[in-house]
Amino acid sequence: MTTTAQTYAGAAPSARGGSITRNRRKVLILSYVFLVLFVIFFLTPPLYMFITSLKTSAEISAEVSPWWVFSPTLANYIQLLTSPVYLTFFRNSILVSTFVVAITMVVSILAAFSLARMKFWGSATLATGVFLTYLIPDTLLFIPMFKTFAFLHDLTGIEFINHWWVLVIIYPTLTIPFCTWIMIGYFSSIPKELDEAALIDGASYMQLLTKIFVPVALPGIIAAAIFAFTVSWAQFLYPLAFTTSTDQLVLPVGIVTTLIKGDVFNWGQIMTGALLGAAPPLILYAFLMDYYIAGLTAGATKG
Amino acid sequence: MAEVKLRQVVKMYDETPAVRGIDLDIADEEFVVLVGPSGCGKSTTLRMIAGLEDITGGEIMIGDDVINDVPPKDRNIAMVFQNYALYPHMSVFENMSFALRLKKAAKDEIRARVENAARILDITELLDRKPKQLSGGQRQRVAMGRAIVRDPMVFLFDEPLSNLDAKLRVQMRTEIKKVHQKVRTTTVYVTHDQIEAMTLADRVVVMNGGRIEQVGAPGDLYHAPATKFVAGFIGSPAMNFIPCSLEEAGQGLRIRLTDDIGFLVPEERAGRYRPHAGSGKLCLGIRPEHVLEQRSQLEPNQQVFEVGLDVTEPMGMDTLVYFRVNGSEVCGRVNPNAGARPGERMKLVADLNNMHLIDDATGKVL
Ligand SMILES: Nc1ncnc2c1ncn2[C@@H]1O[C@H](COP(=O)(O)OP(=O)(O)OP(=O)(O)O)[C@@H](O)[C@H]1O
Ligand SMILES: [Mg+2]
Repeated sequence: MTTTAQTYAGAAPSARGGSITRNRRKVLILSYVFLVLFVIFFLTPPLYMFITSLKTSAEISAEVSPWWVFSPTLANYIQLLTSPVYLTFFRNSILVSTFVVAITMVVSILAAFSLARMKFWGSATLATGVFLTYLIPDTLLFIPMFKTFAFLHDLTGIEFINHWWVLVIIYPTLTIPFCTWIMIGYFSSIPKELDEAALIDGASYMQLLTKIFVPVALPGIIAAAIFAFTVSWAQFLYPLAFTTSTDQLVLPVGIVTTLIKGDVFNWGQIMTGALLGAAPPLILYAFLMDYYIAGLTAGATKG
Repeated sequence: MAEVKLRQVVKMYDETPAVRGIDLDIADEEFVVLVGPSGCGKSTTLRMIAGLEDITGGEIMIGDDVINDVPPKDRNIAMVFQNYALYPHMSVFENMSFALRLKKAAKDEIRARVENAARILDITELLDRKPKQLSGGQRQRVAMGRAIVRDPMVFLFDEPLSNLDAKLRVQMRTEIKKVHQKVRTTTVYVTHDQIEAMTLADRVVVMNGGRIEQVGAPGDLYHAPATKFVAGFIGSPAMNFIPCSLEEAGQGLRIRLTDDIGFLVPEERAGRYRPHAGSGKLCLGIRPEHVLEQRSQLEPNQQVFEVGLDVTEPMGMDTLVYFRVNGSEVCGRVNPNAGARPGERMKLVADLNNMHLIDDATGKVL
């Protein structure tokens, strides 16, 4: 959002001429109105979470305005950050997301490169197939997956269910198709002559990938990595279905299952937990925002 | 450095032929230009030499080796592409040294060779820039530099100048010629621009429909085209073609264009043309620069005729005049002071020393 605002502000003085300026101003005002509406719409829930996280349980249930904190306290934060259970959730989430991003990127970069560039029999069909798998709703998949893991258990004796690392096996089925698809698009926008020049210069296909494609497509790769991270960080359904022991839970499920005891909702801690849980993706976005935007406008900006 | 030989080279895309059997011998240090209309198979031929396309049939040799199944990187060639194909994330130095770095050449050697190539192309001060900080002409130089650094046996160019504006194109054309005179590497250059072909080439290869129409020095193609296609393709404005018949005229032969206009065939050609006298589909080919204004002193075989002009185009150095003869539009090139005016009649001179008689049925120049 800051980027958008800066672009407008930066471009405004360069506009010249009466009617164009007036026209422009109208458009600008309109876009600001909508931007503000958007910001309000999307930032109200986090703001509400933040306010609630600073309250005691007593104040939350008291009959006062929910939009103001009368006696702010960091107790919720201290409790959570010193609670071994919460820290375990956090650790599990980080481990799962890191592995998923790594696996996804390796597989989808290699897959996208071969589908986009190494013309082989059926490569076009396969590329479409990859995208189609993404269209299957997650909810349809977890019963077959349960069956598969049960079958594998019978076969190998390894217990898959109720281990955090089972998520590392599951999530790539969600992330790889989409990331491969993004990367195919990005790789296809790299001119063919670039490969040919590199092949003539003596590069092998692997060098072509590592020395030309990956660096040139870096914004796209980062966009895909952020996507993979967000999906695995925020996934709720699968961890709920596949993990149950407290020490194997990831954040989204952990917060809900341990902080809601029976019908007692510990709202202050739930909000704090969710807010802290949302921090890593936010920090990641903040650092990679420029790359992310460049990645989403792939090809348009390439010189 | 090396010669390149093509033996009955064929390229099929599925069932459609792109190249239909090409024989060509390119000598060491020679600059050969492949020229022809769009889709005639120039790029395909070049890319087969580069190893970027499989060869459906025939053989390609570089030096003494058949390289049909050798991968591009082992053919010891360098290629310059129309869109330059510079690696966008690398500096000019890194672009130029990429091949050497892949070969793990010594650092000093890499630096020396890049700097040498940069000096030849006058891009020494650009070495640290990224491609997007360069102008079109500079990118073109870097692309050439990348080729020179590798010191290959053969240079391949695929329309390297067509992304540049007209003025820069002429400038880079000279530049390419200069570079070739310095490094003397065997070069195959593809273009659809016949002026580029004429100015650069030691020998021009005119291609049409996947075949070679004619191979020859630029002057030979201009003065002695073998086919109607080459006659029409080389030269600008293009050669005029006028349907005609050939009739006996006493001792000699006459080319009859219309009832009013007929030219006596130059004596030295009469013997060659006589077998075709009376035969149906003939065509007179004469370049605009050989249709002149009337002069007081006519050389032998320059013959006067009179026509009504349709259009005149002053070009500065001379004026192009357009008129119709026997249903064909004809262009002539006259002195700007000859008083050519559209809609008026004018006496012109045809220089038959430079005429061509074409058999329309076979397309061959007789
Ligand atoms: N990948 C391909 N698949 C199928 N047909 C192709 C392919 N590449 C080229 N062709 C066909 O082969 C013929 C020759 O193409 P080529 O690119 O060699 O032409 P060109 O002489 O370089 O033309 P231009 O001056 O337009 O570059 C054309 O008819 C073209 O349609
Ligand atoms: Mg071409």
